Order: sequence, then C-alpha cells, then structure tokens
Amino acid sequence: MPSTAREWREIPGRYNIKGSKCPECGKVFFPKRSMCPQCRRASIGKMAEYKVEGKGTVYTYSIVYDAPAANKRMKPYAVGMIRTDDGVLLTAQIVDANLEDIKIGMRVQAVLRKIDEDGPSGVIHYGFKFAPCE
Amino acid sequence: MDVGIVSYGAYVPRYRITPEEIGKVWGEDGKAMGKGLFIVQKSVPAPDEDVVTISVAAARAMMARTDVDPREIGALYVGSESHPYAVKPTSTIVAEAIEATPDLTAVDMEFACKAGTAGIQACMGLVGSGMIEYGVAIGADTSQGAPGDALEYSASAGGAAYLIGKKDIIAKINRTISYTTDTPDFWRREGQPYPSHGGRFTGEPAYFRHITNATQRLLADAGTKPEDYKYAVFHQPNGKFPTRVATMMGFTDAQIEKGLMTPYIGNTYSGAVPIGLASVLDVAEPDDRILVVSYGSGAGSDAFDITVTDRIKKYKRDAAPTVAKIIGNVKNIDYATYAKYKGKIVMKEESS
Repeated sequence: MPSTAREWREIPGRYNIKGSKCPECGKVFFPKRSMCPQCRRASIGKMAEYKVEGKGTVYTYSIVYDAPAANKRMKPYAVGMIRTDDGVLLTAQIVDANLEDIKIGMRVQAVLRKIDEDGPSGVIHYGFKFAPCE
Repeated sequence: MDVGIVSYGAYVPRYRITPEEIGKVWGEDGKAMGKGLFIVQKSVPAPDEDVVTISVAAARAMMARTDVDPREIGALYVGSESHPYAVKPTSTIVAEAIEATPDLTAVDMEFACKAGTAGIQACMGLVGSGMIEYGVAIGADTSQGAPGDALEYSASAGGAAYLIGKKDIIAKINRTISYTTDTPDFWRREGQPYPSHGGRFTGEPAYFRHITNATQRLLADAGTKPEDYKYAVFHQPNGKFPTRVATMMGFTDAQIEKGLMTPYIGNTYSGAVPIGLASVLDVAEPDDRILVVSYGSGAGSDAFDITVTDRIKKYKRDAAPTVAKIIGNVKNIDYATYAKYKGKIVMKEESS
C-alpha cells in the first residue's frame, strides 16, 4: 500500500505536472529533483519549480492487455510516451480514444483522472493522463 | 456593483448507453421507457472518472476561457450528491488542481440536484459583500441508479463550473430567489449505495410545485413575463418534466430547447442546470435574458434572472469546447460494459 504522505508530497507533480528546473544549466526534471545531477553543488537550494506544458504529441505507445488491479476494468488500454510542447518526455495512460485511432504524432493534452486507490476505504490517488486534444 | 458570471466550463464523459440496451437486460420495453422519459441516451463515466475528475475538467475549461489568476479565487464550492469521499472534500482537490490554493475557503455542498446552483448563490453573496473577488461554484455528479430501477434509465454523469465575480462579467445575475420546503421525494441514507424515491410523488408535490413557485416568485420580483426571456433552463431529471413545466408556465419549446441537454446525456443531477446554462451561454448574445430554475429533491428550487452583457463578445469562448462539441464526442457501450464501468460488478479485491 502506498504511503499517504508520499502520495501527498507528489500532488503538484501528479495534478499539474510540476517538475523542477536547474537555474545553472536550464535542464528540466520531471519528477522534480532537489539537485541537478550535472551542476550538483551549484544547483543546491536554487532548483526552481517548473510547470511542464500540458499539451504534446504521442512519441510512442503500447497497448496493455495484462493490467494491474487498479486498471482491470479499463483493459485493454493504451500507455504512451508523450513529448510535451516544451520537450519533456512523460509516460502516461492515454484515455478517451479508440485504441485503433491512437497514432504516433497524435496531439494530446493532460487530463486529471483516478490513478489508483488504497482499497475501498483508503485514499484515492488522482493524477495526469492524456486524452486527444479537442 | 453588478455580480455575475465571469467564466464557465462544462464536461460530460464520452460513454453513452441507450434505454433500449438497459431495458433489454431487465425484460422491459426500454424504447418505450426512453420515449416516455424523452431520453435518447445517457452518459456513463469511465472507470477512472468521478465527481473530482469531472469537476476538475469543467473548472479547467472555465479557467482556460479567462485571464483571472486562480490565486484571486476566494471560495470554491462543489455541489454533488456523489462526492467520492463521505469525509474529505472534493473541493480541496479541485482547488489544488486549478492552483487556487491555499488562500481560499472551500467546501462540498449537497442538496440532491441543486447543490451547484446553491454554490452560485453562496458565491454571489461573498462577491457582492466584498469578502472575495471571485468565487467558483461547480455542480457535478456521477449519479447512481439501482440496477433494474426506473432511475437507471436516466442517472448519468457530467458537470459544469462557474466563476462568479464583479469584473468583466459576461452575464449579470439580476436577482435570485429560492423556494424551499421539507418534501421527502427522493433520498439516500448514509452508507446506502443507491437512492430511493417516492415514484409519482416526485412529480406534482415535488418538482412541479417547487419549480413553478420559484419561477412565479422570481418573475413577480423582477416584473417580467415568460416572453421577456430568450432562453429558459429548468431542472431536467428527464426530458419530459422540463418540457411540461415550461408549457404550464407559458414558455415555448424554442425558449427551452438550447438548455435542454438531458435527452442526449441523461440526468446529470447537480450538473444538469449548470450544463444547460453552459449550452445557452455557448450561443448567447449581448442583452439576451435567461431564466434558470434548478430543483433539488428534499426539496427546493433556486431561480435566477440573468442578462448577457456586451463583454461576451470579447470572451474567449473558443478556448474550451462548447457543450455541443463535448456531447458530439461519444462512444456507445453495452450493458455489460456499463455495469463494469459503474462498479456494479463486484470484483475480487487484489493488491495493485
């Protein structure tokens, strides 16, 4: 069972794709990092919050037929790598599209959906997925 | 100073099921049921959708159409009878998702199908008194109908969000009144998965009594007549009731047509009137007058007299999809898929 505290800490990233940016070299990280692995000490305490673009294109995708329990009622479903308009590569489920209509290069946008829940009496976890652009 | 609607947004899940498909499972004439209720199909939420995700989708559409900084929002209310948690607010999750936290008040509301319009009234009070600059009122539901019950033909999912303020309003709310009594026509007890209703009792002493009284009182206060309104939106548990109540009070089909969405998406409960009003605002022009009357079982009606302003000409309506566009993107499903999506099939509990 995931830790409620850990899930809570990840809310900015999960809801609004907030990562971090190194002020020294300009590299963007998602999920956020507190230190740039290249600039190291020079970046400590200076990493800035960075909101990743919610729109992008499908870089590649796959269809999942053997799903974890949380997604059993949705299978088969698509998981894709999305190249956002500001160049970040994210992995997320692609929803609201017929599987046969999903194509590499398709325009998509982030939507908030249920990701998982800690059982019927536990916390519900929400996060981004991608849907075809309107 | 005038208080009104600064922005709005709507959302309806894409899945649909027809009354014929439901009737087939329960040995009933679904086609006749659909005709009687005037419902062609109803929306069904995907397994990963609930009132939180629907509210966020509507609220993000609302924010996409305005330049208002979300941190200027001083209150956020989500009205629903299907909040995912019994204890833990939907409104905090929505506020976080539109980046309106932490300097605001937020609370969940429940009043059967009218909690969304009650939220609009609360925001009007806070904005009008100067306590806040902007308030958000959302009406959304993933309503429940017990398998085999008449409600199953109509109970659907959707919602709409309204940004209420004083600056740059696209529609002025001239006045609002409510008509409220203790009328137990529809209810759901704590811990029960499905609601109960009084059958025919939900009609005359409940829906029709409250809607007509609220409408007549508002018209008397405003000094207006039905013909003064270009559009009228009445609560729509099905397509039949609002059509009948409109005729009873002297409104024409042309006045209610644009705001009558239930035939195409089912009864979205707290989302019904807000979505109907969104559909009207999608096409409204300056000086158009709109009458809006919600109804919530238990029971009460909120009535609004609204006038569209010149500002709507500059408003970024195209920054989010119109209701017509949203309900044009559909995928029909069969009853088995519907039962799976709505969680009506009991699954063996597994760890993720």
